[in-house]
Amino acid sequence: MLRLDHLTLQQGDFSLTADLSLPPGSRCALIGPSGAGKSTLLNAIAGFLPPLTGRILWEEKDLTPLAPAARPVAMLFQDGNLFPHLDIARNVALGLKPNLRLTPDDHARVREALARVGLDGLGDRRPGALSGGQQSRAALARVLVQNRPLLLLDEPFAALGPALRAEMLALVRAVVEETGATLLMVTHAPEDARRIADRLILVSDHHAAPPAPITLLDDPTPALRAYLGAD
Amino acid sequence: MHATRGETQAADQFPARRRWTAPAPTHGPGALAGRLAAGAVCLALVLPLAAILWRAATENPASVMGLFRLGPADLAALRFTLWQALLSALISTLLAVPVARALARRRFPGRGFVITLMGAPFLLPVIVAVLALLAVFGRGGLVNEGLTALGLPAIRIYGLHGVVLAHVFFNLPLAVRLILQGWQAIPAERFRLAAQLGLRPAGVFRLLEAPMLRATLPGTALVIFAICLSSFAVALTLGGGPAATTVELAIYQSFRFDFDLTRAAMLALIQLALVAGAALVSLRIGRPAGFGSGLDRPVTRWDADSLPLRLIDGAAIALAAAFLLVPLAVIVLNGIGGLTRLPASLWPATLNSLEVSLAATATTMALALAMALARRTWVETAGLLPLAVSGLVLGTGLFLLVLPFAAPATLALPVTVLVNTLMALPFALRILAPVAARIEAEHGRLADHLGLTGLARLRLLTLPRLRPALGFAAGLTAALAMGDLGVIALFADPQQATLPLQMHRLMGAYQMQAAQGAALVLLALSFGLFWIFDRWGRAGAEA
Repeated sequence: MLRLDHLTLQQGDFSLTADLSLPPGSRCALIGPSGAGKSTLLNAIAGFLPPLTGRILWEEKDLTPLAPAARPVAMLFQDGNLFPHLDIARNVALGLKPNLRLTPDDHARVREALARVGLDGLGDRRPGALSGGQQSRAALARVLVQNRPLLLLDEPFAALGPALRAEMLALVRAVVEETGATLLMVTHAPEDARRIADRLILVSDHHAAPPAPITLLDDPTPALRAYLGAD
Repeated sequence: MHATRGETQAADQFPARRRWTAPAPTHGPGALAGRLAAGAVCLALVLPLAAILWRAATENPASVMGLFRLGPADLAALRFTLWQALLSALISTLLAVPVARALARRRFPGRGFVITLMGAPFLLPVIVAVLALLAVFGRGGLVNEGLTALGLPAIRIYGLHGVVLAHVFFNLPLAVRLILQGWQAIPAERFRLAAQLGLRPAGVFRLLEAPMLRATLPGTALVIFAICLSSFAVALTLGGGPAATTVELAIYQSFRFDFDLTRAAMLALIQLALVAGAALVSLRIGRPAGFGSGLDRPVTRWDADSLPLRLIDGAAIALAAAFLLVPLAVIVLNGIGGLTRLPASLWPATLNSLEVSLAATATTMALALAMALARRTWVETAGLLPLAVSGLVLGTGLFLLVLPFAAPATLALPVTVLVNTLMALPFALRILAPVAARIEAEHGRLADHLGLTGLARLRLLTLPRLRPALGFAAGLTAALAMGDLGVIALFADPQQATLPLQMHRLMGAYQMQAAQGAALVLLALSFGLFWIFDRWGRAGAEA
C-alpha cells in the first residue's frame, strides 16, 4: 500500500498537500488542471523532490530518505525516457543493471521484454531510428524488466495520437496486470482514465484528494465538474 | 555566448514546467575530482605569482614601490602596449562592421566557408601568420613589389604598423563573428516590419542596427584590446627596439639580454595588473568569444536589395576574405618550396611540439572535464582565472620557482605543457561546462531514476553525450599548444626547441625559405590535430 502521510510539497512559491493511501494493485488516474501539481506529486514519490513535511510510505516503510533508484518505483516521464545514444536493448537493460554488465540471463530477459512489447529484433536500433510509438514500447519494456511494485506514468504518451495512445494504455494495463504493480498515472483525458484506471485522484487547489472510484467521472463533485467542464 | 545558448536550449525544452535538475555532486569521486582540479589550477597560478612578488619585494625593496618609479624603457613599453592594443582593437572592430553587415544580409554560395574562415585564425599559429604577413606586406613581399613596380615608396612592416597589422589579421575575424552574432540577435520579424513600413536602409540602420552596434561594439573592442595586451609572439617578431616593445617583450628581453630577473619580475607585475584588469572589465562588460555554429542563418532583408549596397557588401566580403586568404595561400605555396630546405634540427623540434601539444591536451581535458562535471560556480570560476594571467608572466614566475632547484632549460618542455594547459583551460571549460549542464538537465533525472551513478554514469551517459564537445575542445587545445610561441622562449636553450621556436630561429637567421617550409609543417600539424580531434568527437554524434 502506498501512503502519503500528511505530505506537503513545495517548489518555489508552489505548494501541494496530500494525505491519502492507495491499496496495492490499484490503477489510479491523477487528473486536474495543468499546473495543479500532478507531476510534482509523482516526482516526490519517485524521489526527485524531498517533501517539506510528511512522509511517503510503501508497505509502511518510509521512502523519504531513499535515493530515486532505491525506491520500489518505475517511472516514465513526459519525454526523455530513453538515452538517445544507446540502442534499445541497452536502454532496456539499464533497468536490470545500471552498469550494463550483463549476464547471458540478463540478455535473455531483455530480449523477452522487447518481444513482449512487440519490438522483436529491434534491440540494436537507437531510439532516433524508431517511431514515437516504438519508443514508448521500448520504455515500457524497461518498466517490465525493472519489475517494481509501483509504476508512475507522467503522461509519457501525450505526444502520441489517440489510437496509438489507446494501444499503449492497453499495453500498460496488461503489464500491471501481469506484474500486479500499483499504477499511478497523470492524464488529461477522462476517456484515458476510464480506459485503464479503477480509481481517480483529483489534484486541484493545492491539494490531492483521496482516491475515489473511477465512476466518480460519471457523477462528478463540483470541483471535478469545474475541471471537466462537462455539462 | 556558448554558455547562454546552452542554457536557453535546456530551458526551451522544459517550458514553464517546474524543472528538476540533478543536484551537483556533493561527495564521491566526481565532486572530489572537480575540487582537486580547481585547487591545482589555483595553486599553479598563485605559486608563480607569489614567486614574482617575492622576488620583486626582497631583491629590491624599492621596486614594489618602484612600480610608480618606472624607468623610461619600462614606461615606453607600457605606453606602447596600451597604444598598440587600442589601435588594434579600434581598427579590427571598425573594419569588422561592414564585413559582418554583409555576411548578415547576403546569401551566396561559399558564405558558410567565409564564416568558417573567420574562425580559422584561432587555430593558426601566430608565428605562421606573421611569416605569411611578411611574405605579403614585408620588404620583398607582394605589396611592396607592386608598389615598387608603380614607382611608389615601399611600406615598412616592422614596428607599430606591423604589430597592429598582425593583430588586425587575427582579431578582425573575431570581431566579425562577435558583431555578426549581434546582427543575428535582431529578430527577423523586425526586418519584416521595417519592410512593411517601407523603411529605407538609412531608417533601418537608425532604428535597428545602430542600437545593436552601440551595444555590441564596445564589448567587442574590449575583448580584442584585452587579447592584444598580452600578445608576445607578434611583438617578438614584428616589434622590438625602444619604439615598439610591449611589456611581454620587455620581460623576455630582461631574461634573454640582461638576465635581470628582478626587472622581469617587476614587469610581470605590471603585465599582471594590465591583463587582470582588462580581463575583469571585459568579463563584466564584454562578451566572451563564441566559437559556435548558429552563424549560418542569413536573415531575409528587403531593404538592402539595391545594386550599390550589393556592391559594397560584395567588396567588404571579398576584401576581408582576401586579407585572410592571400597570406595563407602565399605561405602554403612558398612553404612547399621550402620543404626541401628544412634543416635536420627541425624534426626533433617537431617531435617536441607534438609531445607538448598532446600532453597539454591530455591535462587540459582532464582538468576541464573534472571541473565541468563538478557543476559548481566556484570551480568553474577557478577554471576561468587563467584568463587574467599571461603566459609570459606565468613563465617568469615558474622560472623563479624552478631556478633554485634545477637548470630551467631542463624543464623547458614540462613548463610549456603546464602553461599551455592553463592558457587553454578557460576555452575548454567554456565549451564543456554548458554541455555538461545540459546533459544533466535533459537526462539526469532518468539516470538518477535508474541508479546510473559514478563511473557507470560517466561511461554510459556523460562521456558519450559530451563527446562532440570533448573532441572540439581537445582539437582547439592541441592546435593552440602546437602553435604556441611563448614561455618556451624563456626556458629553452639552443639545443632544444619546439617547432614554433625553431621557426622563429630560422627567421632570425634570415633563412626565410626554410622558415616557410617549417611554417607549412606547423600549419599542417595544427590544423591536422584540430581536425583529427574534432572528427573523433563528431564520429559518435549521430544520435
